[in-house]
Amino acid sequence: MDDLDRKIITATQSGLPLVKNPYEIIAKTLNIEVTLLKQRMNNMLENGQIRRIGAVPNHYKLGYTANAMSVWDVSDDKINELGQQLGALSFVSHCYERPRFLPEWPYNLFAMVHGKNKEEVMQQIQQIVTLLGKDCSAYELLYSKQILKKTGLRLKDKNT
Amino acid sequence: MLTPLEKCLLNDYQQGIPLVSKPYAEMAKELTRKGFSVTSSEVIDCLSELKEKGLISRVGPVFKPKTVGGSTLAALAVPVERMEEVAQIVNSFSQVNHNYEREHHYNLWFVVTASSQDDVLLVLDQIEQQTNLKVLNLPMENDYHINLGFPLCFEEADFKDSEFESPMFKTDH
Repeated sequence: MDDLDRKIITATQSGLPLVKNPYEIIAKTLNIEVTLLKQRMNNMLENGQIRRIGAVPNHYKLGYTANAMSVWDVSDDKINELGQQLGALSFVSHCYERPRFLPEWPYNLFAMVHGKNKEEVMQQIQQIVTLLGKDCSAYELLYSKQILKKTGLRLKDKNT
Repeated sequence: MLTPLEKCLLNDYQQGIPLVSKPYAEMAKELTRKGFSVTSSEVIDCLSELKEKGLISRVGPVFKPKTVGGSTLAALAVPVERMEEVAQIVNSFSQVNHNYEREHHYNLWFVVTASSQDDVLLVLDQIEQQTNLKVLNLPMENDYHINLGFPLCFEEADFKDSEFESPMFKTDH
């Protein structure tokens, strides 16, 4: 990733303008050719730096108000296989391996689970319990009680 | 109530908006093939309206979190009587962009994002010093998320009229 890629991220991360030719507008603000912009973004799509280009739904406003951070203690030799299976579930929005800190923190697999209510979330958790089977020795659900701070992730423009 | 076009945009265009000069015109063509018969201006108007209503936060690229510097998920076990004080300390760092109180012994969970992994560790050190509490540092080691989008189901109440945004969906760390 070079300086131009960073500038492109800064210019597009809060969304494309909703006009007929959004990339031309972005290219103009960056003072580059639109073909170069598209080429760079296409490279980022191919190497996975851009995960997707799309409309980003606000699930909470769409009625998906119940969510839990589920944490699982999964055998180390199975975590990649099982993590991928969890990550593919439609109701899991994020699924990460993170380090354990024994004895106080035994969980190495994190999955964010979303549903329209707590009952739905519990059914989803049961589905994960079944999927993990004996490879999981313990799990917990951490429901959010209060949002204390939430700001969008923004890459700062070095020039500002 | 959502229109069929709105539902289709919400469900079918979470990914795959073409990277071409006139993406919304391309979408209009696709949508017309699906039987919606819309112009690019109508696609733009519909997306603008969804954005205005807060049902989408934006239209554009979603970046992989690692491309924007260092980040981690951290937790503190805060004694109940100190919650307000500690939350204030944690929130005072501009590098903390999400902070949630959760129902657990580890009851304060926050995401630290900085320009490098070293800067992230520096922030965690400062938080430990200022709160006198031990930070649980849980950086992402593997990302298993597969980008299939999130299938929305529109049977019941279509959306909540709430000031809250999705508490989790953008916590991409």
